[in-house]
Amino acid sequence: MSTPSTNSREVTFGEAIREALVEEMRRDPNVIIMGEDVAEAGTPFKVLSGLVEEFGTERVIDTPISEAGFTGLAVGAAMTGMRPVVDIMFGDFLALTMDQVANQAAKVHYMSGGKLSVPLVIRTTMGASRRSAAQHSQSLHAWLSHIPGLKVVLPSTPYDAKGLLKTAVRDDNPVAFFEDKMMYKLRGQAPAGDYIIPFGVADIKREGTDITVVATSSMVHVALGAARLLEEIGISAEVIDPRTTVPLDTQTIIESARKTSRAIVVDEGYEGYGVTAEIASVIADGAFYYLDAPVKRMGAMHVPVPFSPPLEDSTIPTQVSVAEMAKTLCGKV
Amino acid sequence: MSQVVEKSKASRPRKPDVSAERWLRMYRQMARIREFEEKVNELYTSALMPGLAHLYIGQEAVAVGTCEALRQDDYITSTHRGHGHCLAKGASVDRMFAELLGKEAGYCRGKGGSMHIADPESGNLGANAIVGGSAGIATGAALSAKRRGTGQVVACFFGEGALGQGVLYEVMNLAQLWKLPVIYVCENNLYGEYTHYTEVAAGELTARPKAFGIQTDTVDGQRVQSVYEKMTGLVERARDGEGPAFLLCNTYRYRGHHVGDIDRSYYRTKEEEQEWMARRDPLRLLADWLIDQGRGDQETLAQIHTEAKAEIEAGADFALNAPYPQVSEVDRHVYA
Repeated sequence: MSTPSTNSREVTFGEAIREALVEEMRRDPNVIIMGEDVAEAGTPFKVLSGLVEEFGTERVIDTPISEAGFTGLAVGAAMTGMRPVVDIMFGDFLALTMDQVANQAAKVHYMSGGKLSVPLVIRTTMGASRRSAAQHSQSLHAWLSHIPGLKVVLPSTPYDAKGLLKTAVRDDNPVAFFEDKMMYKLRGQAPAGDYIIPFGVADIKREGTDITVVATSSMVHVALGAARLLEEIGISAEVIDPRTTVPLDTQTIIESARKTSRAIVVDEGYEGYGVTAEIASVIADGAFYYLDAPVKRMGAMHVPVPFSPPLEDSTIPTQVSVAEMAKTLCGKV
Repeated sequence: MSQVVEKSKASRPRKPDVSAERWLRMYRQMARIREFEEKVNELYTSALMPGLAHLYIGQEAVAVGTCEALRQDDYITSTHRGHGHCLAKGASVDRMFAELLGKEAGYCRGKGGSMHIADPESGNLGANAIVGGSAGIATGAALSAKRRGTGQVVACFFGEGALGQGVLYEVMNLAQLWKLPVIYVCENNLYGEYTHYTEVAAGELTARPKAFGIQTDTVDGQRVQSVYEKMTGLVERARDGEGPAFLLCNTYRYRGHHVGDIDRSYYRTKEEEQEWMARRDPLRLLADWLIDQGRGDQETLAQIHTEAKAEIEAGADFALNAPYPQVSEVDRHVYA
């Protein structure tokens, strides 16, 4: 697992995101933030607190509740010299922006034969288990991963969040940056100063020899928890975090699966037609002759996210369910 | 942004003092668009042009009057019926045809086609095949221009059909809140595809921008003089920081929604079409006026048409003979 070398100290996931934005806004005056209650309120999650004091309302811009409208403005601003970072409070609200994202932002560079580009970051949230029910809990990164022209980032640690967000701001393409809202208080090491993490480079969060667990975002922590449970019964699990679904580091994933000969893919998006399906097919294609068991997928259950706590909890993978699946694949049941 | 107090300008734009040369240039531009679109029709019906073709014939005065009031570095966004906008803003005929035919020499290397021509060098941020799809882009370019302090203005073209799209109202609200230099140029050609606008639009069209407090005007979109004069004032006002405007241009689409829309009897009459073409043609209206005013003569205008035809023929020949892109080009420009 990659670890920062200098100036490292403990920060929360939310603080890491704020630091990345502050540093990028100081570095480049064309970086602006737009969204609902991003300025004085600093968003409902308080991730942006303090930014408006330093950069003013000219650069930290409160918008009406018009996701399609302000995302559309951000596309046009990005095409003409700005580097907007748009805040879509809940990932579910991406549905409101889809024409701007999928038909406009994603296609401008290609349709113009490379003459126009859209250096835009769409920060949004994902993740269930906050008791927020079906319209505030979805993990919709598979939607955006499906569209050519978009890049999709899913950080799982404060260190990754800061380095990946800085890369996103500097990227000349539209980048969707998904933050699991249950991880904002997660603590971890990250350097105080500037560093970037390239897209398309998976991180091996834990090395192992018996089974590969490819996991994204908060599911990385579920997978790490499962790995600890498995260790107690003598199964060594390797946990791979792709960090970006587009571009996807297929090589690291395939190499790990070839090494361990078993693989589970865990992701909080809906399991059907989702990120788990894509990555499982990458493994099946690239490691087929090395596998001792079918590749298994574990995603969110194919139901609208329910409100009632016991119902909601049953819809997403847990460290116990992942460990049970791993035991089955390893013949230890 | 919302806390910025805008300076208010008391002076109102005056009528521009327009030289004969400028009117003749507008005539030439309209003639080029007319001839271009006739050639598109010919290429399409001869099966030489793939895809879809939405002709701008009849609406030339809107594009030309609007773009004549803009600077080269001002922006436009366009629509599926966008050839006229692109030419009026400064695109060249040969590369336009090349794009329409999917050739590498086209403005977008053949990857965009008729409905997606973009030419940043002439300020054209792109035609858009989603109705109302460029409203956000145009308004965002205006935000960018304001923030960068460039004095650029954006003209956002769309048909009255786009008034059915919610995002337009979201961005008009933002434009007025933030006093952005964008002019929404609504071309009411009476029909969204095959449906008269009164069947799909409740109330007065202009009541909608007015509800946001946006400066709203209506012009005869067949008279390029009216479009140009009104647009000049609105552009000046936007450049001075006084915010967005909405210009409703009443016009008419001579042909079908697209080239293949031949039988139109179920949604409009031949008599209606004849009436517009005979009495409300933008080229004829300007020609009559120029001759009446002594600013042009029949011979000069005929010469303009001859030259336009020659340019169009040469441009189409260039495109027909130009190579397609290499197939290896297909996955270039997905990412910057």
